[in-house]
Amino acid sequence: MKLRSSRRLAAGKINSRICSLNHQIQISSVPLNAQSAIDWILSPESGGIDVFIGTVRNATKGKSVIRLEFEAYEPMALTEMEKIVSHAAEKWPVQKILIHHRVGVLEVGEVPVIIAVSAAHRAAAFDACRFIIDTLKQTVPIWKKEVFEDGEVWVAAHP
Amino acid sequence: MKIKVLAFGISKDIFGGPSVCLDMGNDATVYNLKYMLEHQYPRLGQLASYMVAVNNEYALPGDTIHERDEIAIIPPVSGG
Repeated sequence: MKLRSSRRLAAGKINSRICSLNHQIQISSVPLNAQSAIDWILSPESGGIDVFIGTVRNATKGKSVIRLEFEAYEPMALTEMEKIVSHAAEKWPVQKILIHHRVGVLEVGEVPVIIAVSAAHRAAAFDACRFIIDTLKQTVPIWKKEVFEDGEVWVAAHP
Repeated sequence: MKIKVLAFGISKDIFGGPSVCLDMGNDATVYNLKYMLEHQYPRLGQLASYMVAVNNEYALPGDTIHERDEIAIIPPVSGG
């Protein structure tokens, strides 16, 4: 059974989410918590968990980045992330999958994304985790703007 | 028919707001929409690429648009 709720969650915290027994997908505008992601993904059947934590880097092509601004088309972003999760769950013998993505203004060192996967054996967890972050970057409608001291640019917008 | 097009990322800057309204003929396609938008907003055609989403799904150029569809411009994504 799938519980789906959007914008009915506490204001200023989780913006939207899709959650089932083994899958959790969230978009939120407050700092992401890696420990709570790990706590959720762990299960007695797991032999290992793989966690990818994306962080805001202080430079792009040698230019200092002051902050990043993330924006999402939230209903579609959830749908696209759900497709990625389903695809990964079909392709690898994994137990639980979690994707948390942040939106809003992020300073250097903050965490825009956490992907966590648990599995009985590590190979599946590593492979699924990499597939999820790689595909997320290609298909999920979320955008980041890099803000420099002398201007700003939407990443990947122009050739 | 009147349609509303949602904009995100750089397309919001190009449109000068989070959405634009257009008047299109019935049976208009995604291709027709892109043609009309690029005519009105030439900067849209200068992007590396962009997609159109209809009702939260990526649409193909030949897909038909209906009056109550939720339509969005999806410039190159850069999440994660």
